[in-house]
Amino acid sequence: MIRAALARIARRDRAADRVVPTSGPTAWLTSFTAGAMTFLAVFALALSLASGRLADRWSEALARTATIRISAPTDQIAPQTQAVLDLLATTPGIASARAMTDDEQRALLEPWFGPDLPLDALPIPRLIEITEADPGFDAEGLRQRLSAEAPGAVLDDHTRWRQPLVVAAGRLRLLAGVSIVLILGTMAAMITLAANASLAANAQVIRVLRLVGARDSYIARAFVRRFTLRALAGAAVGALAGMIGIAFLPAADAAGGFLTGLGFQGAGWLLPLALPLLAATIAFVATRIAAFRKLKELT
Amino acid sequence: MISFDNAAYSYGGAELLTEITLRLVPGSFHFLTGPSGAGKSTFLKLCYAELLPTAGRVTLFDREVRSLGRDDVARMRRRIGVVHQDCQFIDHLPLAANVTLPLTVSGRDGDPQDLSDLLGWVGLGALADALPPQLSGGERQRAAVARAVIMGPDVVLADEPTGNLDWEMSLRLLTLLVELNKMGKTILVATHDLNLIRTAKAQVAARVLRIKNRRIQLAGADL
Repeated sequence: MIRAALARIARRDRAADRVVPTSGPTAWLTSFTAGAMTFLAVFALALSLASGRLADRWSEALARTATIRISAPTDQIAPQTQAVLDLLATTPGIASARAMTDDEQRALLEPWFGPDLPLDALPIPRLIEITEADPGFDAEGLRQRLSAEAPGAVLDDHTRWRQPLVVAAGRLRLLAGVSIVLILGTMAAMITLAANASLAANAQVIRVLRLVGARDSYIARAFVRRFTLRALAGAAVGALAGMIGIAFLPAADAAGGFLTGLGFQGAGWLLPLALPLLAATIAFVATRIAAFRKLKELT
Repeated sequence: MISFDNAAYSYGGAELLTEITLRLVPGSFHFLTGPSGAGKSTFLKLCYAELLPTAGRVTLFDREVRSLGRDDVARMRRRIGVVHQDCQFIDHLPLAANVTLPLTVSGRDGDPQDLSDLLGWVGLGALADALPPQLSGGERQRAAVARAVIMGPDVVLADEPTGNLDWEMSLRLLTLLVELNKMGKTILVATHDLNLIRTAKAQVAARVLRIKNRRIQLAGADL
């Protein structure tokens, strides 16, 4: 039924179009609202996609690595490190494990303690970097084995600080999704108001049409078609402007982090193009409901 | 065709019409008279289902009006041509488009020659492109008649069609209605112009109904 109605919308009926006066403030109001809301929706969509990518990246990057920290008296560090590496070599789910060199550990600490850190003179724990296989290892089982083989070894599988980041990115994505829904809902409300105003302003035309035998669907179609096309045109301009705005954002780089990654990638550029169609569909449904309700009040 | 069976219409607790039993048979010509405010327009609105009876039954083309959906009402109205007291045009459409509006809304293409003939018949051939606000009262009334008959309706209802016209123009309009009746159309004209009724009775076998005390009765020879 909706498809047939949309087909009738697409098919121009000059006689029906002429029945409703063309001018009026509702014309630009509908186009402007659709354009502005679609412009905002493009940014919300970009935010949603970027936060989704960020969540995936964090999950992926952190889920594949873990660290074992060995804190022991200086003379116990080397034997415990070797014991842990031997243990890891026989642990299922671990692709590789290696002890970080003194230089690597010094590089890690350099931002806080400076380049001349006397690593040998300080009780710095030894770090072992683990790369997980697919599927990963049993963290709890590994902890128990470590406590037996190397009492000074502590497994850090990054879960504690990975999880909040992933949750935050997920929430950001949800927030962006809710924003899109609110934007589209506001668009529907504004178009409904504009349609109601237009129907009320044309009450006399509607009355005459009913008196000469016009069906509600005929009268509604004249209004619905006009509002749908106005919303489509306004939203197309808004989507285009939003896409240009996104395209001119700085390119994604590591230093920019999240903000410079706020854009579309690859096929993601096609998604904003769906917004004008969505806006037109919203206008179609909102105007149709408003028109049929108003028609019952007017005649 | 149109029948009332003990029908009544009330509004805001006040009964405007009551105990109306009447049949408009095909090909008949009726006048409906009575003082201003007697309920003539209300009766006509009941005839084309703009109002629904609050009691009794009104039947249009063998269907009880209260059982009709909105689309049914629209279809019924295509069989009933109405000449409204205030004509009711769409002001931004030219006269020709207003006259062909019943065809337009029913998805039918009118024959331009038929339209030209019809406008000529009502004396508006030269005004096809004029907008309704540019027309005189008489021209609007004749245009309303043209619009009422363009679908070839079974019934023509006219509400004070000569209310704004001089006598010469009233006679011209009456002649149009009489000609329609001779073509087999059922005609009901609401008017308080008794001279018009007397003139018409000389040309056609018209029955005269009168609204008195909220009831419709057949008027006597005093007319």
